[in-house]
Amino acid sequence: MRFGVIRFPGSCDEVDAVLACERVPGASAVLLWHRDADLAGVDAVVVPGGFSYGDYLRVGAIARFSPVMESVIRFARDGGLVLGICNGFQVLCEARLLPGALLPNLERRFICRQVGVEVARASFPFTGDCAPGEVLSVPVKHTTGRYYAPADDLEALESRGQVLLRYAHDGNPNGSSNDIAGVSNAAGNVFGLMPHPEHAVDPLTGSVDGLKIFTSMAHAHG
Amino acid sequence: MPTVEQAVVLGLTPAEYELICEQIGRTPNEVELAVFSLMWSEHCAYKHSKKLLRSLPTSGPRLALGPGENAGAVDVGDGWVVAFKVESHNHPSAVEPFQGAATGVGGILRDIFAIGARPIAVLDSLRFGEPSSARSQYLLDHAVAGIGHYGNSIGVPTIGGEVYFEEPYEQNCLVNAMALGLARSEGLIRSAAGGLGNLLMLFGASTGRDGIGGASVLASAELGAEDAAKRPTVQVGDPFAEKKVMECSLELLSRGLLVALQDLGAAGLTSSSAEMASKGSVGLDIDVGLVPLREAGMEPWEIMISESQERMLCVVEPSALDEVLAVCDKWEVGGTAIGVVTDTRALRVFVGEEMVADMPVPALVDDCPLYDLVVEPPAARLYPAPSPVLASGASDTRATLLALLASPNIASRLPLFQQYDCLVQSRTVRRPEQADAAVLALPVAPGGIAVSIDGSGRRVACDPYTGTVETVLECAANLACAGAEPLGLTNCLNFGNPEKPHIAWQLTEAIRGLGDACRALDMPVVGGNVSLYNESGGGPIFPTPVVGIVGELPDVARAGRSGFLRAGDAIALAGPFVPALPGSELAKLRGEELPSGLPEIDVDALRAAQEAIRDFVRSGSLSSAHDIAEGGLLVAVAESCLAGEVGATLDLGAVLDAGAGELDRVLFGESPGAGFVVSGTGDALRRLGVRVDLEVLGTVGGDALEIVAGDVRVEVSLDELRTSHSALAPLFA
Repeated sequence: MRFGVIRFPGSCDEVDAVLACERVPGASAVLLWHRDADLAGVDAVVVPGGFSYGDYLRVGAIARFSPVMESVIRFARDGGLVLGICNGFQVLCEARLLPGALLPNLERRFICRQVGVEVARASFPFTGDCAPGEVLSVPVKHTTGRYYAPADDLEALESRGQVLLRYAHDGNPNGSSNDIAGVSNAAGNVFGLMPHPEHAVDPLTGSVDGLKIFTSMAHAHG
Repeated sequence: MPTVEQAVVLGLTPAEYELICEQIGRTPNEVELAVFSLMWSEHCAYKHSKKLLRSLPTSGPRLALGPGENAGAVDVGDGWVVAFKVESHNHPSAVEPFQGAATGVGGILRDIFAIGARPIAVLDSLRFGEPSSARSQYLLDHAVAGIGHYGNSIGVPTIGGEVYFEEPYEQNCLVNAMALGLARSEGLIRSAAGGLGNLLMLFGASTGRDGIGGASVLASAELGAEDAAKRPTVQVGDPFAEKKVMECSLELLSRGLLVALQDLGAAGLTSSSAEMASKGSVGLDIDVGLVPLREAGMEPWEIMISESQERMLCVVEPSALDEVLAVCDKWEVGGTAIGVVTDTRALRVFVGEEMVADMPVPALVDDCPLYDLVVEPPAARLYPAPSPVLASGASDTRATLLALLASPNIASRLPLFQQYDCLVQSRTVRRPEQADAAVLALPVAPGGIAVSIDGSGRRVACDPYTGTVETVLECAANLACAGAEPLGLTNCLNFGNPEKPHIAWQLTEAIRGLGDACRALDMPVVGGNVSLYNESGGGPIFPTPVVGIVGELPDVARAGRSGFLRAGDAIALAGPFVPALPGSELAKLRGEELPSGLPEIDVDALRAAQEAIRDFVRSGSLSSAHDIAEGGLLVAVAESCLAGEVGATLDLGAVLDAGAGELDRVLFGESPGAGFVVSGTGDALRRLGVRVDLEVLGTVGGDALEIVAGDVRVEVSLDELRTSHSALAPLFA
């Protein structure tokens, strides 16, 4: 399994994502430069956290037009596995690979803390290694993480089982609709989440629960 | 030609102006006067503090880079060094808190990567007036947002810090930012320009009119009523631009393309170029006509002193220029050769062919007069007694404990810390409020470093010498609780106007205390910063030396925790703890005057106790260790309960008997750096008791803090403790 992690000039968590991918047995990871349209033959793409191009405009709005994202969009349409974390989730929504949008947190502040995230649906390729209803301890850190979709779209998402993760125990940190922490596309090969699973892969730094997202991807790939 | 009057407007004295005329053998023109006024400002020349600072110890076996470069560094083994430095951005933050604090973070980060280290952490030290004031709330809210905006966006974690609220900071808040960086020892680079004919290259953001005169007009004078008009002298930060400049700088260095590197901070191109030339004993010819500008019609002097952010200056060999420009292009960073290294030992400024300034570098950098301070202890009290919050005299222990936990100086700082990314870069082993010091893992497992930043203005105001010794010991105690041994110290000396004898006395005594404490702990000062003239119409700030200490741990898996861990563990008070109420947080809440003088400290005994705690944390013998700071013993126990989310039962009869029955003094008195609340097995505590004074107080368990102390019985539930301890949360609602 070879992961490719996108590196925009304003990415912050791309090295963390590489380290997380490399903790998956048998997996390796490479950085993919934003100006380069070549995905280097990777098996899965991770769009990491950070501030892609500064995000002074709407978050993720510029990144979707980058050469590498043009390739990621094609890769996803061909069924490739794409994981978007935090800013990566925002970019995938802007690129219309995922439904909905991320709005400023209700409290309009940056928030960094460990949260409980309940596995609403345990299924490959992203949450297959989790138990249904399992609560993962994973940190959030963002200013713009309130998941929003129009009521009809939300209902459709829910009925099709696209909501994979929800904030648990009344711990919704940002006001997301239906406590949604992570959603997939209808085809199930693209997944975006606001919590940072790559920051929950080592007992020394707090939790290992996030590793299950990466191992699930590897198991799905086979 | 400008006149002496114009020199005075720029912050020079008439005598200094005369000296400049002598040094260059003529009257300075407009460009030269602007350059001299900044190079000879307090901010750049340290003219009121340099002589005192020479008394500080600056060598040690682990020192990798001492004072004089952009940041100091210590050796942490396996070929790695940790660079660190703290710097103030007080006056800009008092005028425009969001940008002032943000660019304070940006500036200290540039200092770190300017020596070739990748920034790995930020901490900050903040002081405001009482949070009941609308101005303090505004400054706090915006400064915290500014720190978060910059650090979070650039991908460097903010892993710790401190904040205190005291009336003397009402007009003149303090915003000190500390950064740490990691480098291979062979990868460090200096700022000395060299190699005749080599090119001087400016890269990063373009140059505008922002921040003009910040070093002299803002940083080297007292704040006054007209300061709102100084808002244009505050720089505006762009963390995305800095992120690109940082990555570009680190890539240029890793490819070995640079001869020297220097960031542009206070006084912009002026001080960076003069410093580079001075350190390399060379001259520089700069053509300001080549500097990329963000606004038209800028005068040469404006270009020379602009403090536009996110800019770096480097020296490259002409043959490397193309490759340097290619790296700049990769990171979408503008890079322009603007000058050349010469053998004139002069800083010469050109606009095309026309020379507009010609100044000897030694005159700019070395010949600013250094002043001896006129030192006199204050004849009368400098600071009014604080407004009482609690009635004085005998009081209800339970009410006192809850009032202290809710005091703005003690309440949980998580409402601030949660606005900062403390996790990025995947090194954070202990997050804010998990331990007394932040702990980061190093690249070679299982080693790590711990870092803490501390300052106690009120106690330094009581006694500048002893208060400063306490500050250093308190900071070292935080490291001991994490299991770390101090390797080096950085400091930021925040004081009032040193031209006033009583402020000069505070400064002199504090530096004497700093030097003595560092020598007693065998710890070098690796660098620092001085911020003077922190005064306003309301008088001087509390004298506030802020110290940051970096220490090492052999195994981060055994890093200490402040919270109780296991029900059934025994709890003990350890260390030569001699609590006293004068100058304490409780005395402040009761509205008591500051005492003149603090009890003498047995530094050797404190050091021995800290070493014992450190050894026991490192060996994994203790479940928790927490130093007793503001609020005294009972507050420290309550904090360990809250951090561990578990209760405790204490019988304080024995310590009360030893304390001659003075309940408040025993429970709430302070003795900074001397006492620790530890928990562990009875056997572990007995062994610790062989090395250090130790009194077993009780047991971990339950969901309340229960205390028996003679006739006093108190029970406070964890929920009540938590509610009081969350008193700062509404400030960010």
